[in-house]
Amino acid sequence: MARKTPGLNTSAMSDISFLLLAFFLMVSNINSDSGIARRLPPPLPPNQDKPEVRERNIFVVKINSHDLLLFNGEYGRIEDLKDRAKTFLGNPQDLPTLPEKEELDIPLLGKTRVSKGVISLQNDRGTSYDMYLQVQNELAAAINEMRNELSTDRFGKKYADLSDSQAEAIDKAIPIAISEAEPTKIGEKK
Amino acid sequence: MARFTGKKAKETPALNMGSMSDIIFMLLFFFMVITTMRESSLYVKIIPPQGTEVSKLEKKSLVSYINVGVPLPDQQKKFGTDSRIQLNDQIAEVSDIIQFVELEKSSRPEADRPFITTAIKADKDTKMGLISDIKQELRAAGAFKIFYNARKAERK
Repeated sequence: MARKTPGLNTSAMSDISFLLLAFFLMVSNINSDSGIARRLPPPLPPNQDKPEVRERNIFVVKINSHDLLLFNGEYGRIEDLKDRAKTFLGNPQDLPTLPEKEELDIPLLGKTRVSKGVISLQNDRGTSYDMYLQVQNELAAAINEMRNELSTDRFGKKYADLSDSQAEAIDKAIPIAISEAEPTKIGEKK
Repeated sequence: MARFTGKKAKETPALNMGSMSDIIFMLLFFFMVITTMRESSLYVKIIPPQGTEVSKLEKKSLVSYINVGVPLPDQQKKFGTDSRIQLNDQIAEVSDIIQFVELEKSSRPEADRPFITTAIKADKDTKMGLISDIKQELRAAGAFKIFYNARKAERK
């Protein structure tokens, strides 16, 4: 008859695994990174002419070295930027002073009128990163709101809940039209 | 009734600790899965700016980080008090970025290379001049997907 194996004392096992657990808690970090994703334009080939953009299709946002804002040549406040960007990109009343629209055939949405407006963002080398990000954030907020409105209108869902192909259609209808100009050099300390 | 009143006080039975380790192991695996290893210690002070429209950074294995900020007090003797760039675990110059991007590219499988994102983790008091220089270098290096790190804030 085989001998009965004596029961192993496993109480120390939990101590060991506690130690391991504590070690992993120490060396790892949970905080997930959050932020704003953007795409940089590819470098321009040299001596290429700038594409002509009509004046009505462009909304100039400038930030100076004291973090003050200029919208199309007028002083502006950061609180107003989102609404200004929304009316500019949306142009709900088809005003002749706001951007023109181009009719595009987008899958899932059909014929959609897409704004040709571009927000031109220019900052100074002395602008703080904080202000720059606030501006990017407000512009992102404007685009996100417009996307949400369009997707609730067309698909009855929030933009975040759409399927990939639906989100792609919305992205085409409301593109992230932000162009960044070369920064000015007024506020740079040498 | 003597039959029912025991002669000696009852001993508490020993608890079975056998499954305790299983539970702890489960916790351990849980934490191992949801966390990432801390990669390198920072030499620069970074307080990220806040934004309301932030999204999560996806596919962490395809992200390379550029840290920008003022060197920590104990590093200031060596690196000065101006904003500097930290790539991996050393303070670097703007001109080192192209090489850094190439290195990050070659360390990843070919199929994943177009999806590499460069996260710019910058302190909120950094001047845009430095950030613009970084962006120009990234453009030249062909790393077009960028990500501005920011903390989540609620809209007022």
